[in-house]
Amino acid sequence: MICSICNSQEAMIHLTEIVNDQMIEIHLCETCAAEKGTDFKTHFNAADLLSGLIDTGKPAKPSTRRLVLKCPSCGLTYEEFGKTGRLGCAQCYDAFSKMLLPLIKRVQRATRHLGKKPSRAPGQSAPPPYDLKILRDQLRKCVQSEEFEEAAHYRDEIKRILEEKSKKGKKGKNE
Amino acid sequence: MSDVDFLIHHQAEWLRSGGPDSDIVISSRIRLARNLTGYPFCQKLTEAQRAEIVDMAEDAAGASPMLKPSHYWRYSALSDLDLQFLLERHLVSREHAGERSVKAVALTGDESVSVMVLEEDHLRIQAFQGGFNLPACWKTINQLDDELEGALDYAFSPALGFLTACPTNVGTGLRASCMLHLPSLVLTKQVHKVLQALAKLNLAARGLYGEGTQATGNFFQFSNQLTLGQNESEIIDNLVTVIRQVIEHEKEARKYLRDKKTSKIEDQIWRAVGTLKSARLISSAEATQFLSLLQLGIQMEVVSTSLTSQDLNLLFLLIQPAHLQKLAGKELDSPERDAFRAELIRGKLKALVV
Repeated sequence: MICSICNSQEAMIHLTEIVNDQMIEIHLCETCAAEKGTDFKTHFNAADLLSGLIDTGKPAKPSTRRLVLKCPSCGLTYEEFGKTGRLGCAQCYDAFSKMLLPLIKRVQRATRHLGKKPSRAPGQSAPPPYDLKILRDQLRKCVQSEEFEEAAHYRDEIKRILEEKSKKGKKGKNE
Repeated sequence: MSDVDFLIHHQAEWLRSGGPDSDIVISSRIRLARNLTGYPFCQKLTEAQRAEIVDMAEDAAGASPMLKPSHYWRYSALSDLDLQFLLERHLVSREHAGERSVKAVALTGDESVSVMVLEEDHLRIQAFQGGFNLPACWKTINQLDDELEGALDYAFSPALGFLTACPTNVGTGLRASCMLHLPSLVLTKQVHKVLQALAKLNLAARGLYGEGTQATGNFFQFSNQLTLGQNESEIIDNLVTVIRQVIEHEKEARKYLRDKKTSKIEDQIWRAVGTLKSARLISSAEATQFLSLLQLGIQMEVVSTSLTSQDLNLLFLLIQPAHLQKLAGKELDSPERDAFRAELIRGKLKALVV
Protein backbone atom coordinates (compact mmCIF):
# COMPACT_ATOMS: atom_id res chain seq x y z
CA MET A 1 0.00 0.00 0.00
CA ILE A 2 1.41 3.38 -1.06
CA CYS A 3 1.00 6.58 0.95
CA SER A 4 -1.99 8.65 -0.25
CA ILE A 5 -0.18 11.96 0.37
CA CYS A 6 3.30 11.59 -1.17
CA ASN A 7 2.42 8.64 -3.42
CA SER A 8 5.94 7.31 -3.07
CA GLN A 9 6.56 5.65 0.27
CA GLU A 10 4.99 2.52 1.74
CA ALA A 11 1.99 3.43 3.93
CA MET A 12 2.36 2.40 7.56
CA ILE A 13 -0.69 4.06 9.03
CA HIS A 14 -4.18 3.23 7.91
CA LEU A 15 -7.16 5.25 8.95
CA THR A 16 -10.67 3.96 8.55
CA GLU A 17 -13.77 5.74 9.68
CA ILE A 18 -17.33 4.74 9.03
CA VAL A 19 -20.03 7.31 9.37
CA ASN A 20 -23.50 7.02 7.91
CA ASP A 21 -22.77 4.08 5.64
CA GLN A 22 -19.68 5.63 4.15
CA MET A 23 -16.26 4.20 4.70
CA ILE A 24 -13.39 6.62 4.38
CA GLU A 25 -9.91 5.18 4.12
CA ILE A 26 -6.59 6.92 4.07
CA HIS A 27 -3.12 5.40 3.98
CA LEU A 28 -0.08 7.30 5.15
CA CYS A 29 3.64 6.68 5.32
CA GLU A 30 5.32 7.52 8.60
CA THR A 31 6.87 10.74 7.33
CA CYS A 32 3.60 12.17 6.04
CA ALA A 33 1.74 10.98 9.13
CA ALA A 34 4.26 12.73 11.37
CA GLU A 35 3.91 15.92 9.32
CA LYS A 36 0.14 15.78 9.43
CA GLY A 37 0.22 14.86 13.09
CA THR A 38 -3.10 15.15 14.78
CA ASP A 39 -4.53 17.35 12.02
CA PHE A 40 -6.05 14.23 10.65
CA LYS A 41 -8.50 13.72 13.40
CA THR A 42 -10.32 16.87 12.39
CA HIS A 43 -10.95 15.45 8.95
CA PHE A 44 -12.65 12.45 10.36
CA ASN A 45 -15.16 13.34 12.94
CA ALA A 46 -18.89 13.01 12.96
CA ALA A 47 -19.41 16.72 13.52
CA ASP A 48 -17.71 17.62 10.24
CA LEU A 49 -19.71 15.08 8.32
CA LEU A 50 -22.76 16.34 10.10
CA SER A 51 -22.05 19.91 9.10
CA GLY A 52 -21.86 18.60 5.53
CA LEU A 53 -25.38 17.33 5.95
CA ILE A 54 -26.58 20.58 7.43
CA ASP A 55 -25.86 22.42 4.18
CA THR A 56 -27.92 19.97 2.15
CA GLY A 57 -30.61 20.20 4.78
CA LYS A 58 -31.92 23.53 3.47
CA PRO A 59 -35.55 23.54 2.33
CA ALA A 60 -36.04 22.11 -1.14
CA LYS A 61 -37.76 25.29 -2.36
CA PRO A 62 -35.15 27.92 -3.22
CA SER A 63 -35.64 30.86 -0.94
CA THR A 64 -35.27 34.36 -2.27
CA ARG A 65 -34.76 36.12 1.05
CA ARG A 66 -31.93 35.08 3.34
CA LEU A 67 -33.08 34.63 6.88
CA VAL A 68 -30.50 35.00 9.59
CA LEU A 69 -31.65 32.54 12.19
CA LYS A 70 -30.20 33.37 15.58
CA CYS A 71 -30.65 31.83 19.02
CA PRO A 72 -32.05 34.56 21.31
CA SER A 73 -30.39 33.00 24.34
CA CYS A 74 -26.74 32.53 23.30
CA GLY A 75 -26.54 34.44 20.02
CA LEU A 76 -25.37 31.51 17.89
CA THR A 77 -26.56 31.73 14.28
CA TYR A 78 -27.71 28.68 12.34
CA GLU A 79 -24.94 29.41 9.88
CA GLU A 80 -22.33 29.10 12.65
CA PHE A 81 -23.90 25.81 13.69
CA GLY A 82 -23.61 24.70 10.07
CA LYS A 83 -19.86 25.30 10.22
CA THR A 84 -19.08 23.61 13.52
CA GLY A 85 -21.90 21.11 13.99
CA ARG A 86 -22.09 22.25 17.61
CA LEU A 87 -24.98 24.13 19.21
CA GLY A 88 -24.42 27.04 21.59
CA CYS A 89 -26.89 26.25 24.33
CA ALA A 90 -29.93 24.15 25.26
CA GLN A 91 -32.29 26.86 23.90
CA CYS A 92 -30.77 26.48 20.41
CA TYR A 93 -32.85 23.31 20.10
CA ASP A 94 -36.02 25.47 20.32
CA ALA A 95 -34.66 28.42 18.34
CA PHE A 96 -33.63 26.25 15.38
CA SER A 97 -36.27 23.55 15.78
CA LYS A 98 -37.69 24.03 12.30
CA MET A 99 -34.34 23.22 10.66
CA LEU A 100 -32.94 21.04 13.40
CA LEU A 101 -35.75 18.51 13.75
CA PRO A 102 -35.56 17.29 10.14
CA LEU A 103 -31.78 17.10 10.54
CA ILE A 104 -32.07 15.11 13.76
CA LYS A 105 -34.62 12.88 12.07
CA ARG A 106 -32.09 12.19 9.33
CA VAL A 107 -29.01 11.53 11.47
CA GLN A 108 -30.78 9.81 14.36
CA ARG A 109 -33.68 8.23 12.42
CA ALA A 110 -35.95 9.27 15.29
CA THR A 111 -37.14 12.40 17.04
CA ARG A 112 -38.49 11.02 20.30
CA HIS A 113 -36.47 10.33 23.42
CA LEU A 114 -37.40 6.98 24.94
CA GLY A 115 -34.61 6.62 27.48
CA LYS A 116 -33.89 7.67 30.99
CA LYS A 117 -35.36 10.87 32.46
CA PRO A 118 -33.79 12.86 35.26
CA SER A 119 -35.82 12.44 38.43
CA ARG A 120 -36.41 16.18 38.57
CA ALA A 121 -37.42 16.48 34.92
CA PRO A 122 -40.30 18.88 34.39
CA GLY A 123 -43.56 17.64 32.80
CA GLN A 124 -43.60 13.86 32.68
CA SER A 125 -45.92 13.57 29.68
CA ALA A 126 -43.93 14.05 26.51
CA PRO A 127 -45.53 16.46 24.03
CA PRO A 128 -45.50 15.32 20.41
CA PRO A 129 -41.87 15.83 19.44
CA TYR A 130 -42.59 16.36 15.82
CA ASP A 131 -44.85 19.28 15.35
CA LEU A 132 -47.61 18.40 12.89
CA LYS A 133 -47.28 21.76 11.20
CA ILE A 134 -43.56 21.12 10.47
CA LEU A 135 -44.37 17.68 9.11
CA ARG A 136 -47.08 19.07 6.83
CA ASP A 137 -44.71 21.80 5.62
CA GLN A 138 -42.12 19.17 4.80
CA LEU A 139 -44.71 17.03 3.02
CA ARG A 140 -45.82 19.99 0.91
CA LYS A 141 -42.21 20.86 0.00
CA CYS A 142 -41.43 17.29 -1.00
CA VAL A 143 -44.49 17.09 -3.20
CA GLN A 144 -43.57 20.41 -4.84
CA SER A 145 -40.05 19.21 -5.58
CA GLU A 146 -41.38 15.80 -6.68
CA GLU A 147 -39.47 13.89 -4.00
CA PHE A 148 -42.24 11.36 -3.63
CA GLU A 149 -40.37 8.80 -1.60
CA GLU A 150 -39.61 11.38 1.10
CA ALA A 151 -43.17 12.67 0.85
CA ALA A 152 -44.63 9.21 1.48
CA HIS A 153 -42.47 8.99 4.57
CA TYR A 154 -43.83 12.27 5.98
CA ARG A 155 -47.40 11.24 5.08
CA ASP A 156 -46.99 8.02 7.09
CA GLU A 157 -45.49 9.87 10.02
CA ILE A 158 -48.42 12.33 10.09
CA LYS A 159 -50.89 9.46 9.89
CA ARG A 160 -49.18 7.68 12.74
CA ILE A 161 -49.25 10.73 15.00
CA LEU A 162 -52.93 11.43 14.21
CA GLU A 163 -53.84 7.81 14.96
CA GLU A 164 -51.97 7.95 18.23
CA LYS A 165 -53.76 11.14 19.15
CA SER A 166 -57.21 9.74 18.39
CA LYS A 167 -56.44 6.61 20.42
CA LYS A 168 -55.43 8.72 23.39
CA GLY A 169 -58.57 10.84 22.99
CA LYS A 170 -60.82 7.76 23.09
CA LYS A 171 -59.05 6.37 26.09
CA GLY A 172 -59.58 9.65 27.89
CA LYS A 173 -63.35 9.54 27.20
CA ASN A 174 -63.75 5.94 28.37
CA GLU A 175 -62.00 6.68 31.61
CA MET B 1 6.61 14.20 40.45
CA SER B 2 3.14 14.64 39.11
CA ASP B 3 -0.14 13.66 40.76
CA VAL B 4 -0.92 11.12 38.07
CA ASP B 5 2.41 9.25 38.36
CA PHE B 6 1.18 6.63 40.82
CA LEU B 7 -1.02 5.19 38.05
CA ILE B 8 1.99 3.85 36.14
CA HIS B 9 2.59 1.26 38.86
CA HIS B 10 -1.07 0.57 39.16
CA GLN B 11 -3.06 -1.79 37.02
CA ALA B 12 -6.50 -0.58 36.01
CA GLU B 13 -9.28 -2.87 37.19
CA TRP B 14 -10.45 -3.47 33.61
CA LEU B 15 -6.95 -4.66 32.60
CA ARG B 16 -6.51 -6.94 35.58
CA SER B 17 -9.89 -8.62 35.64
CA GLY B 18 -9.97 -10.16 32.18
CA GLY B 19 -13.74 -10.60 32.09
CA PRO B 20 -16.04 -12.46 29.69
CA ASP B 21 -14.65 -13.19 26.18
CA SER B 22 -11.52 -11.22 27.04
CA ASP B 23 -9.48 -13.13 24.46
CA ILE B 24 -11.29 -11.05 21.80
CA VAL B 25 -13.00 -8.18 23.60
CA ILE B 26 -10.40 -6.31 25.60
CA SER B 27 -12.62 -3.80 27.28
CA SER B 28 -16.14 -2.39 27.40
CA ARG B 29 -16.99 1.23 28.01
CA ILE B 30 -20.07 3.44 28.23
CA ARG B 31 -20.13 7.20 28.32
CA LEU B 32 -22.97 9.62 28.97
CA ALA B 33 -23.02 13.22 27.73
CA ARG B 34 -24.64 15.69 30.14
CA ASN B 35 -24.98 19.47 30.26
CA LEU B 36 -26.01 21.72 33.12
CA THR B 37 -29.00 24.04 32.98
CA GLY B 38 -28.34 27.75 33.39
CA TYR B 39 -25.12 27.69 31.35
CA PRO B 40 -24.56 27.76 27.59
CA PHE B 41 -22.75 24.79 26.02
CA CYS B 42 -18.96 24.75 26.09
CA GLN B 43 -18.20 26.88 23.02
CA LYS B 44 -20.17 29.83 24.46
CA LEU B 45 -18.84 29.64 28.03
CA THR B 46 -16.77 32.47 29.48
CA GLU B 47 -13.61 31.69 31.46
CA ALA B 48 -15.45 32.60 34.67
CA GLN B 49 -18.32 30.24 33.83
CA ARG B 50 -15.85 27.46 33.03
CA ALA B 51 -14.24 27.89 36.45
CA GLU B 52 -17.71 27.81 38.09
CA ILE B 53 -18.59 24.54 36.36
CA VAL B 54 -15.25 22.98 37.34
CA ASP B 55 -16.01 23.93 40.97
CA MET B 56 -19.61 22.70 40.79
CA ALA B 57 -18.51 19.37 39.33
CA GLU B 58 -15.96 18.97 42.12
CA ASP B 59 -18.68 19.57 44.73
CA ALA B 60 -20.98 17.10 42.97
CA ALA B 61 -18.20 14.48 42.83
CA GLY B 62 -17.59 15.05 46.54
CA ALA B 63 -21.29 14.48 47.28
CA SER B 64 -21.45 11.27 45.22
CA PRO B 65 -20.70 8.10 47.23
CA MET B 66 -19.26 6.46 44.11
CA LEU B 67 -16.88 9.31 43.31
CA LYS B 68 -16.11 10.46 46.84
CA PRO B 69 -12.88 8.48 47.22
CA SER B 70 -11.73 9.70 43.82
CA HIS B 71 -9.13 12.03 42.42
CA TYR B 72 -10.17 15.38 41.01
CA TRP B 73 -7.57 17.04 38.85
CA ARG B 74 -7.75 20.49 37.31
CA TYR B 75 -5.92 20.66 34.01
CA SER B 76 -3.91 23.64 35.26
CA ALA B 77 -2.16 21.20 37.61
CA LEU B 78 -1.31 18.68 34.88
CA SER B 79 1.51 18.71 32.31
CA ASP B 80 1.09 17.86 28.62
CA LEU B 81 2.75 14.53 29.35
CA ASP B 82 0.23 13.84 32.15
CA LEU B 83 -2.64 14.50 29.75
CA GLN B 84 -1.16 12.24 27.07
CA PHE B 85 -0.70 9.60 29.76
CA LEU B 86 -4.37 9.84 30.83
CA LEU B 87 -5.39 9.70 27.16
CA GLU B 88 -3.41 6.50 26.59
CA ARG B 89 -5.27 4.98 29.55
CA HIS B 90 -8.58 6.06 27.94
CA LEU B 91 -9.44 8.12 31.03
CA VAL B 92 -9.77 11.30 28.96
CA SER B 93 -10.56 11.70 25.27
CA ARG B 94 -8.36 13.11 22.54
CA GLU B 95 -10.61 16.16 22.31
CA HIS B 96 -10.44 16.75 26.07
CA ALA B 97 -6.66 16.35 26.26
CA GLY B 98 -6.11 18.40 23.10
CA GLU B 99 -6.75 22.06 23.74
CA ARG B 100 -5.48 23.77 26.87
CA SER B 101 -8.27 25.49 28.79
CA VAL B 102 -10.06 25.42 32.14
CA LYS B 103 -11.01 21.74 32.45
CA ALA B 104 -10.90 18.93 34.98
CA VAL B 105 -11.18 15.18 35.29
CA ALA B 106 -12.52 13.04 38.15
CA LEU B 107 -11.34 9.48 38.49
CA THR B 108 -11.88 6.58 40.88
CA GLY B 109 -8.80 4.80 42.24
CA ASP B 110 -9.50 1.56 40.37
CA GLU B 111 -9.94 3.51 37.08
CA SER B 112 -13.41 2.01 36.55
CA VAL B 113 -15.06 5.43 36.34
CA SER B 114 -13.96 8.83 35.06
CA VAL B 115 -15.78 12.11 34.53
CA MET B 116 -14.40 14.60 32.01
CA VAL B 117 -15.48 18.12 32.91
CA LEU B 118 -15.82 20.57 30.00
CA GLU B 119 -15.24 18.25 27.07
CA GLU B 120 -17.61 18.82 24.11
CA ASP B 121 -20.36 18.71 26.73
CA HIS B 122 -20.15 19.97 30.31
CA LEU B 123 -19.83 16.42 31.60
CA ARG B 124 -18.76 13.21 29.93
CA ILE B 125 -19.20 10.37 32.41
CA GLN B 126 -17.45 7.10 31.57
CA ALA B 127 -17.50 3.58 33.05
CA PHE B 128 -15.03 0.81 32.10
CA GLN B 129 -14.99 -2.97 32.45
CA GLY B 130 -12.58 -5.66 31.32
CA GLY B 131 -13.79 -8.05 28.61
CA PHE B 132 -17.23 -8.08 27.04
CA ASN B 133 -19.31 -6.59 29.81
CA LEU B 134 -21.46 -3.65 28.73
CA PRO B 135 -24.36 -4.42 31.14
CA ALA B 136 -21.99 -4.00 34.11
CA CYS B 137 -20.83 -0.65 32.68
CA TRP B 138 -24.44 0.47 32.37
CA LYS B 139 -25.24 -0.52 35.95
CA THR B 140 -22.32 1.54 37.25
CA ILE B 141 -22.83 4.56 35.05
CA ASN B 142 -26.58 4.68 35.59
CA GLN B 143 -26.07 4.80 39.34
CA LEU B 144 -23.34 7.43 39.08
CA ASP B 145 -25.54 9.51 36.77
CA ASP B 146 -28.30 9.40 39.40
CA GLU B 147 -25.88 10.43 42.11
CA LEU B 148 -24.52 13.39 40.15
CA GLU B 149 -28.01 14.47 39.19
CA GLY B 150 -28.72 14.79 42.91
CA ALA B 151 -26.31 17.73 42.99
CA LEU B 152 -26.58 19.09 39.45
CA ASP B 153 -29.47 20.16 37.19
CA TYR B 154 -29.18 18.57 33.75
CA ALA B 155 -30.40 20.20 30.53
CA PHE B 156 -33.27 17.96 29.48
CA SER B 157 -36.27 18.19 27.18
CA PRO B 158 -39.09 15.64 27.53
CA ALA B 159 -39.23 15.28 23.74
CA LEU B 160 -35.55 15.20 22.82
CA GLY B 161 -34.07 13.91 26.07
CA PHE B 162 -30.68 15.05 27.33
CA LEU B 163 -29.61 18.08 25.30
CA THR B 164 -26.06 17.93 23.96
CA ALA B 165 -23.79 20.31 22.06
CA CYS B 166 -23.84 18.03 19.01
CA PRO B 167 -27.21 16.66 17.83
CA THR B 168 -25.51 13.30 17.16
CA ASN B 169 -25.53 12.73 20.94
CA VAL B 170 -28.96 14.09 21.84
CA GLY B 171 -31.46 11.86 23.67
CA THR B 172 -29.74 9.31 25.84
CA GLY B 173 -26.31 10.93 25.34
CA LEU B 174 -25.09 7.36 25.49
CA ARG B 175 -22.17 5.92 23.56
CA ALA B 176 -21.38 2.29 24.32
CA SER B 177 -18.20 0.84 22.91
CA CYS B 178 -16.10 -2.29 22.98
CA MET B 179 -12.43 -2.66 22.06
CA LEU B 180 -11.98 -5.76 19.93
CA HIS B 181 -8.79 -7.53 18.91
CA LEU B 182 -9.49 -9.14 15.52
CA PRO B 183 -6.17 -10.39 14.14
CA SER B 184 -7.63 -13.42 12.35
CA LEU B 185 -10.33 -11.43 10.56
CA VAL B 186 -7.61 -9.03 9.40
CA LEU B 187 -5.25 -11.86 8.32
CA THR B 188 -8.03 -13.61 6.40
CA LYS B 189 -9.02 -10.23 4.86
CA GLN B 190 -12.59 -10.48 6.11
CA VAL B 191 -12.57 -7.49 8.40
CA HIS B 192 -13.79 -5.09 5.70
CA LYS B 193 -16.96 -7.13 5.33
CA VAL B 194 -17.52 -6.82 9.05
CA LEU B 195 -16.92 -3.06 8.96
CA GLN B 196 -19.32 -2.60 6.06
CA ALA B 197 -22.01 -4.64 7.78
CA LEU B 198 -21.58 -2.54 10.92
CA ALA B 199 -22.14 0.67 9.01
CA LYS B 200 -25.44 -0.67 7.70
CA LEU B 201 -26.51 -1.35 11.27
CA ASN B 202 -25.70 2.24 12.31
CA LEU B 203 -22.71 1.17 14.31
CA ALA B 204 -19.30 2.77 14.03
CA ALA B 205 -15.85 1.18 13.91
CA ARG B 206 -12.84 3.21 14.95
CA GLY B 207 -9.22 2.87 16.00
CA LEU B 208 -7.71 2.43 19.44
CA TYR B 209 -8.26 5.97 20.71
CA GLY B 210 -11.72 6.76 19.43
CA GLU B 211 -12.91 9.20 16.83
CA GLY B 212 -10.45 9.76 14.01
CA THR B 213 -7.74 7.38 15.13
CA GLN B 214 -6.14 4.62 13.15
CA ALA B 215 -6.93 0.96 13.54
CA THR B 216 -3.43 -0.39 14.23
CA GLY B 217 -2.38 -3.77 15.52
CA ASN B 218 -5.74 -5.24 14.62
CA PHE B 219 -7.62 -3.30 17.30
CA PHE B 220 -11.07 -1.93 16.58
CA GLN B 221 -13.46 0.05 18.68
CA PHE B 222 -17.11 -0.67 17.92
CA SER B 223 -19.83 1.69 19.11
CA ASN B 224 -23.43 2.78 18.58
CA GLN B 225 -24.05 5.82 16.36
CA LEU B 226 -27.66 6.55 17.25
CA THR B 227 -28.56 7.98 20.66
CA LEU B 228 -32.23 8.84 20.16
CA GLY B 229 -35.42 6.83 19.63
CA GLN B 230 -34.31 3.82 21.66
CA ASN B 231 -33.88 3.43 25.39
CA GLU B 232 -30.48 2.73 26.92
CA SER B 233 -31.00 -1.05 27.22
CA GLU B 234 -32.08 -1.33 23.59
CA ILE B 235 -29.01 0.56 22.41
CA ILE B 236 -26.74 -1.65 24.52
CA ASP B 237 -28.51 -4.92 23.59
CA ASN B 238 -28.30 -4.06 19.91
CA LEU B 239 -24.53 -3.52 20.12
CA VAL B 240 -24.07 -6.65 22.25
CA THR B 241 -25.91 -8.80 19.70
CA VAL B 242 -23.77 -7.56 16.83
CA ILE B 243 -20.48 -7.87 18.75
CA ARG B 244 -21.40 -11.41 19.78
CA GLN B 245 -21.58 -12.29 16.07
CA VAL B 246 -18.25 -10.58 15.37
CA ILE B 247 -16.70 -12.67 18.18
CA GLU B 248 -18.02 -15.83 16.51
CA HIS B 249 -16.55 -14.76 13.15
CA GLU B 250 -13.16 -14.09 14.73
CA LYS B 251 -13.28 -17.51 16.44
CA GLU B 252 -14.09 -19.22 13.15
CA ALA B 253 -11.26 -17.36 11.41
CA ARG B 254 -8.87 -18.45 14.18
CA LYS B 255 -9.95 -22.05 13.73
CA TYR B 256 -9.49 -21.78 9.97
CA LEU B 257 -5.97 -20.35 10.37
CA ARG B 258 -5.01 -23.02 12.89
CA ASP B 259 -6.44 -25.96 10.89
CA LYS B 260 -5.93 -24.92 7.27
CA LYS B 261 -3.08 -22.43 7.30
CA THR B 262 -1.05 -23.95 10.12
CA SER B 263 2.47 -23.40 8.87
CA LYS B 264 1.70 -19.96 7.45
CA ILE B 265 0.24 -18.59 10.67
CA GLU B 266 2.92 -20.24 12.81
CA ASP B 267 5.56 -18.66 10.59
CA GLN B 268 4.02 -15.20 10.99
CA ILE B 269 3.67 -15.53 14.74
CA TRP B 270 7.22 -16.78 15.29
CA ARG B 271 8.71 -14.14 13.00
CA ALA B 272 6.89 -11.52 15.09
CA VAL B 273 8.29 -13.06 18.27
CA GLY B 274 11.76 -13.07 16.70
CA THR B 275 11.56 -9.36 15.93
CA LEU B 276 10.18 -8.48 19.35
CA LYS B 277 12.94 -10.45 21.05
CA SER B 278 15.76 -8.99 19.02
CA ALA B 279 14.80 -5.44 17.94
CA ARG B 280 16.97 -2.62 19.28
CA LEU B 281 14.65 0.12 17.97
CA ILE B 282 10.92 -0.35 17.55
CA SER B 283 8.10 2.13 16.85
CA SER B 284 4.82 1.82 18.72
CA ALA B 285 2.98 0.91 15.49
CA GLU B 286 5.41 -1.93 14.72
CA ALA B 287 5.44 -3.14 18.30
CA THR B 288 1.63 -3.12 18.46
CA GLN B 289 1.42 -5.07 15.21
CA PHE B 290 3.86 -7.78 16.39
CA LEU B 291 2.50 -7.95 19.95
CA SER B 292 -0.90 -8.48 18.37
CA LEU B 293 0.47 -11.55 16.56
CA LEU B 294 2.12 -12.78 19.76
CA GLN B 295 -1.21 -12.35 21.57
CA LEU B 296 -2.84 -14.49 18.87
CA GLY B 297 -0.02 -17.04 19.22
CA ILE B 298 -0.60 -17.31 22.97
CA GLN B 299 -4.37 -17.61 22.55
CA MET B 300 -4.05 -20.21 19.76
CA GLU B 301 -1.51 -22.09 21.89
CA VAL B 302 1.11 -21.82 19.16
CA VAL B 303 3.40 -20.09 21.65
CA SER B 304 3.65 -21.62 25.09
CA THR B 305 4.79 -19.14 27.69
CA SER B 306 4.03 -18.09 31.23
CA LEU B 307 2.91 -14.73 29.82
CA THR B 308 -0.87 -14.34 29.92
CA SER B 309 -3.20 -12.37 27.65
CA GLN B 310 -3.58 -9.87 30.51
CA ASP B 311 0.21 -9.41 30.64
CA LEU B 312 0.18 -8.60 26.95
CA ASN B 313 -2.76 -6.20 27.27
CA LEU B 314 -0.75 -4.36 29.91
CA LEU B 315 2.29 -4.32 27.62
CA PHE B 316 0.21 -2.74 24.80
CA LEU B 317 -0.38 0.13 27.20
CA LEU B 318 3.17 0.41 28.56
CA ILE B 319 4.73 0.80 25.10
CA GLN B 320 2.69 3.96 24.37
CA PRO B 321 4.81 7.16 24.29
CA ALA B 322 3.65 8.81 27.53
CA HIS B 323 3.73 5.52 29.45
CA LEU B 324 7.33 4.92 28.36
CA GLN B 325 8.32 8.37 29.58
CA LYS B 326 6.56 7.86 32.92
CA LEU B 327 8.38 4.52 33.27
CA ALA B 328 11.72 6.11 32.39
CA GLY B 329 11.02 8.96 34.80
CA LYS B 330 12.11 11.53 32.22
CA GLU B 331 11.19 12.97 28.85
CA LEU B 332 12.35 10.92 25.87
CA ASP B 333 12.38 12.01 22.24
CA SER B 334 11.12 9.69 19.52
CA PRO B 335 14.39 7.77 18.78
CA GLU B 336 15.04 7.42 22.53
CA ARG B 337 11.54 6.03 22.98
CA ASP B 338 12.05 3.48 20.20
CA ALA B 339 15.19 2.24 21.94
CA PHE B 340 13.58 2.19 25.39
CA ARG B 341 10.49 0.45 24.01
CA ALA B 342 12.61 -2.27 22.37
CA GLU B 343 14.50 -2.76 25.65
CA LEU B 344 11.28 -2.99 27.66
CA ILE B 345 9.78 -5.58 25.32
CA ARG B 346 12.97 -7.68 25.26
CA GLY B 347 12.90 -7.67 29.06
CA LYS B 348 9.27 -8.77 29.25
CA LEU B 349 9.81 -11.57 26.70
CA LYS B 350 13.10 -12.75 28.21
CA ALA B 351 11.69 -16.07 29.40
CA LEU B 352 10.04 -16.82 26.06
CA VAL B 353 12.08 -19.43 24.20
CA VAL B 354 12.00 -19.27 20.40
